[in-house]
Amino acid sequence: MPAAFVGDEAAEPVTKTPPSTRKRKLVDSITTSATSQPPATIELPKRKASKTTTASVHDANADAEQAALPATPQTLSSDKPMDSDDDLNSVASSGMLGEAMDDSSVDFDAADSDDDGLEDFQDDESAFESQPKDLRPAKKAFEVDFNVYSPGDIQHQQDRQVEEVATLLEQPAEQTAILLRFMSWNKERLIEQYMDNQEEVLDKAGLGANMSSNPPRLEAIDGFTCDICCEDEPGLQSFAMNCGHRFCVDCYRQYLGQKIREEGEAARIKCPGDGCNKVMDAKSLDLLVTSDLTDRYHELLMRTYVDDKENLKWCPAPNCVYAVECGVKRRDLTRTVPTVNCDCKHAFCFGCTLADHQPCPCALVRKWLKKCEDDSETANWISANTKECPKCGSTIEKNGGCNHMTCRKCRHEFCWMCMGLWSEHGTSWYNCNRFEEKSGTDARDAQASSRKSLERYLHYYNRYANHEQSAKLDKDIFHKTEKKMQLLQSSSGMSWIEVQFLEAASQALQQCRQTLKWTYAFAYYLARNNQTEIFEDNQKDLEMAVENLSEMFEKNTDQLAGLKVDMMDKTSYCMRRRVILLDDTAQRLKEEGWTFNVDLK
Amino acid sequence: MAAPLPKRIIKETERLQSEPVPGISAEPHEENARYFDVKVDGPSGSCYEGGEFQLELFLPDDYPMCPPRIRFLTKIYHPNIDRLGRICLDVLKNNWSPALQIRTILLSIQALLGAPNPEDPLNEAVAKQWKENQPEAIKTAREWTTLYAQKK
Repeated sequence: MPAAFVGDEAAEPVTKTPPSTRKRKLVDSITTSATSQPPATIELPKRKASKTTTASVHDANADAEQAALPATPQTLSSDKPMDSDDDLNSVASSGMLGEAMDDSSVDFDAADSDDDGLEDFQDDESAFESQPKDLRPAKKAFEVDFNVYSPGDIQHQQDRQVEEVATLLEQPAEQTAILLRFMSWNKERLIEQYMDNQEEVLDKAGLGANMSSNPPRLEAIDGFTCDICCEDEPGLQSFAMNCGHRFCVDCYRQYLGQKIREEGEAARIKCPGDGCNKVMDAKSLDLLVTSDLTDRYHELLMRTYVDDKENLKWCPAPNCVYAVECGVKRRDLTRTVPTVNCDCKHAFCFGCTLADHQPCPCALVRKWLKKCEDDSETANWISANTKECPKCGSTIEKNGGCNHMTCRKCRHEFCWMCMGLWSEHGTSWYNCNRFEEKSGTDARDAQASSRKSLERYLHYYNRYANHEQSAKLDKDIFHKTEKKMQLLQSSSGMSWIEVQFLEAASQALQQCRQTLKWTYAFAYYLARNNQTEIFEDNQKDLEMAVENLSEMFEKNTDQLAGLKVDMMDKTSYCMRRRVILLDDTAQRLKEEGWTFNVDLK
Repeated sequence: MAAPLPKRIIKETERLQSEPVPGISAEPHEENARYFDVKVDGPSGSCYEGGEFQLELFLPDDYPMCPPRIRFLTKIYHPNIDRLGRICLDVLKNNWSPALQIRTILLSIQALLGAPNPEDPLNEAVAKQWKENQPEAIKTAREWTTLYAQKK
């Protein structure tokens, strides 16, 4: 009897091991090739090395020019949203047509929101004239416009908008602020609805029809008993908004403490009265919120402002207090990858707030991460390497022996080749002559294609994971860099400023590996065509440049001083190759020139 | 040593005993004045009529900023009350207001017995039966009332 590996419990370990060994092999092969090749380049005489560098830089420029040439004149979406949509319709390939039509069907709304986005932007420009805008060099296709705001800036921005709308609505600033928050800071909608039906808007926002012009104040009323704490001593300070629900100050403060500290509410705290929907206005809150709560309260208010605004997002870096403004809309995310750089040095995607994932669009990043996380390829491996028992469905891996299988679980006897009953198998005990029948061929084809798709995934995944891993290792080296720099200063007599090239190299490595990592996720979803080959060429160039630099970076400290010029060359070459790759990819993405093997939604 | 009982709780307890609500009683435990034994009569005209339902009520430290915690001890067939006796009622959760009291909450619970809301169920099975075959559901509720909620 041949040995047969049977059963569900066996499937588990069986499925896990093989992909990882494969991964390991691939990683091995990458590292060996990386270590075996580069020294040739490094040991070149310095002059020759720099010559090759300049030569390839020329190449690079030519690449960039070529990439720029076939491009249709680009209308920037932030300038003229309608035009770009029109372009989109005319350029759209058949596959993208549906998507483009969807876009045009919501154009009215979209145009509206774009308008106010534009207005906001103008406001902001006048508000923050001090921001150095024109210092940046000409914009590349993969770059987006953005501004970084400090909490103070955001407060200022809020105040200005409140002021502006307040004059329009002829309402006091506190009420206007409530109204704006109620309308999620969409001032066009607020103004329109307010002009339509003032009473209703005020009512819904919890402001009641009858607004007293009296400022909120604390009062001591004779014979007053607080409904919350039942205190009734004379002279008890109490407070009520104009809904008339009166409570003592202590209870009010305790109530606000509960809401602000425990429940994280700020903008829409209601009157503590049972069933009362009146929202507490800012003036009343200022009067009642105790000093230990004000910071938290203002932070919460600010958070709702940024959360409500589509063009503002908090920087996701831990402990970062900045918010970033960017005009890229959700529907643009199929055509652009809006990476923004916060003042805290964190680079993140404005679309999904994940760390920088250029050149891969958000939709593909989501798919890719899910795929990697789901380990859905384990299933793929099972289908490539195992069969199911035709009777009980247990997963079986044949680990040798003849074709006569006996399921360990249900004792079903069958032929591994034709999957038919062994008892009907005739006399051909040790080979199956039904092998060439159609069902058999189909089964084989299905297995082969499954195996192929697994190998394709692993190809991209291994490279993706390798760059992730290498970036981590590079980072470890970065931490050693400073030490190295100090050593270098003392051993070679170089000044601090002269050893900065090491830090520059380290940062370049980080950035390029981050980009490379995502090029593999991107490439996984690319359909095979000419453009994909160009992309892969760019990818290869960048990868080679990065590996060369990385290799050099690991040299001993005493050698480093002599490599300075070479290293600086290689660093700037890496950065240039990265820009070329990103620029070319972004340009094509904007024109919807890529063909993906999945839907970009 | 526990913190002294807030005036609010003392007053509420006093008033519950001096002016009791018909059909509702709430007695604080001697050793813990924040813990109440509650009895609620099934409202007349409902399928819980004639039953006397026992509940436990606890006033947490944050009371009255936080709602009291209440649970049915008597088994009851009701779409908004689960098998552990927990109650799905808006004023016990996000619509709680510190101006509400034990008295008002218990009245709300009594009202909930009179008007079950299968659209917002806590007990899926009961709510399903309530929606699909209301006469049968009401019959079961009556049977449970006779079975488990008899006055002692």
